[in-house]
Amino acid sequence: MSTATLDRQATVAATPDSPVNGFLADTWNVMTRELKPVLREPVSVLFAMVQPLVFLGLFAPLLPETPDGSALQWFVPGIVAMTCLMGASFTGANLTNEMLTGSHERLLVSPLSRSSLLVGRALKEVVPMLMQTAIILLVVTPFSFDLHLGGVLLAVATLALFSVGVGALSFALALASKDNEWIFWTVQQTAIFPVLLLAGILLPLDGAPRWLAVASDLNPLTYVVEAVRALFSGTFPLDTVVAGFAGSAVVAVLGVAVGLRAMRNSS
Amino acid sequence: MTTTHAAPVIETRGLTRHFTAHRNTVEAVRDLDLEIGQGELVAFLGPNGAGKSTTLRMLTTLIPPTSGTARVAGHDVVTGQREVRRAIGFVGQGNGAGHVQHGRDELVSQGRAHGLSRTAARSRADELIEDLDLSAVADRKVSTLSGGQRRRLDIAMGLVHLPRVLFLDEPSTGLDPQNRANLQGLVERLHASTGSTIVLTTHYLEEADALAERVIVIDHGAVIADDTARSLKSALGDLLTIGLVDEVDAAVAAEHAARLPGAEVERIGATVTARVARGHELAPDLLVELNRRGMAPRSIEVARPTLDDVFLNLTGRSLREAHENADASSHTSKEEVAA
Repeated sequence: MSTATLDRQATVAATPDSPVNGFLADTWNVMTRELKPVLREPVSVLFAMVQPLVFLGLFAPLLPETPDGSALQWFVPGIVAMTCLMGASFTGANLTNEMLTGSHERLLVSPLSRSSLLVGRALKEVVPMLMQTAIILLVVTPFSFDLHLGGVLLAVATLALFSVGVGALSFALALASKDNEWIFWTVQQTAIFPVLLLAGILLPLDGAPRWLAVASDLNPLTYVVEAVRALFSGTFPLDTVVAGFAGSAVVAVLGVAVGLRAMRNSS
Repeated sequence: MTTTHAAPVIETRGLTRHFTAHRNTVEAVRDLDLEIGQGELVAFLGPNGAGKSTTLRMLTTLIPPTSGTARVAGHDVVTGQREVRRAIGFVGQGNGAGHVQHGRDELVSQGRAHGLSRTAARSRADELIEDLDLSAVADRKVSTLSGGQRRRLDIAMGLVHLPRVLFLDEPSTGLDPQNRANLQGLVERLHASTGSTIVLTTHYLEEADALAERVIVIDHGAVIADDTARSLKSALGDLLTIGLVDEVDAAVAAEHAARLPGAEVERIGATVTARVARGHELAPDLLVELNRRGMAPRSIEVARPTLDDVFLNLTGRSLREAHENADASSHTSKEEVAA
């Protein structure tokens, strides 16, 4: 170790009197920190895509052609939504790791506000989500899938909001499963498939029994997927698009509220 | 015993923390009154589960006290959390830098969190990387660093903003002797060069002894001794062990030894032991006296007291023993052992 000056004052402007960072600066700091490992190893976003890609490769070919277009046109929006759900719901595991290794504790003792620690992390989910959506569209566009860019952009905005909400819920779950890492995976794995199936991602719920239809109607992802399907086909039915956006907004508000509560109680 | 001139930088009044696990309430910290002055280098010494880390977690705003108050750097740890966080550096038991991150990025991010501009945060990171000998590994993933390198990075993280108070929780746990010695040297240099108040917890006696000016011995959530290591030990006294030719000589020698001020003398066969303050200074005279009486002691040993002897004297058990019991104990809440 060098014996050079450990007491250099020159560059250190932070004193108890220096201005306090605002919420935006803190959130930006947390978000860019979270993004560094993703951008450094972009391949890591494929991890959450394994299952959706398996469904795309092995399940989609079994779907019958629909009267109003190819099966892919119907199926791909669901797969994109599934990837969002998978990726964002896994993200709490990163926080679990930081809780185990100690960096979460360090952040809690830093001046970063609790809200920025949660919101910055949740906002970061937008970036892997964009990368994953781009990969899926690149894979399917050469096949019988029509790319409607305007619709895709609007759909992606809706999905981004949805990812932020799911990500926040995942962080809340990770914080709540402190000391019991298995709880995180058990709850995440148990919750994810009912949500997927009830949203009509793999099969349409058109002829579903009453109870199933009600459960599906209560699932925000149902509206998100319907909106994404419409938008990916280049149509813009206002009520469907607004309902999809509202579904995402409900998840985002709920996720951030629950996540903030968990982060404030974290120690 | 404080050497405080100005207002204390750490002050606790009746600080108490309970944990409830399985309907058992554990008093991890009980009614702690502490004053630590600016610039002091203090060690909290005690076995695992004694309440050292819980105290540190309250002082660093990680957990609120059940009752009582604590002020750090002039702010209350509950109502002035953010101000406290801005004033302190904290090196926890784990790694401050994320394992999937690069050390340099983490230093910059930490600097930004403390309000440094981008440029200032970058040059501060450069300085710390150079000073803590991390140049070769600062741009590598933290998970690939060795234990010693990670610990230096942790300390760099805690120093980014030149904190008024630096807390180190079990800083040398898990390090090999070489790295532990390096770390002690680093803490000493830091203290000498920055004048920051440094508070560390340890269950290594040697570390508290070598490093701290002031040792606060904690057991079962309460302070049982608070003084310099030297005073704690000299109050206990040295242990003289004198081997004589036979029991007759030993009996005479025991009589002489008993005349030493405050001596506690014991004789077993031809061996006399005496626990006496400043024994190392009294031993030569005692030998001369015994010689004058025609006795030729066969051996003499003067054992300076260790902090372990101090702990044993205060609690009736050795620190190592207490440590093992604490590990085995199921009464201690999980959170406390982890803390």
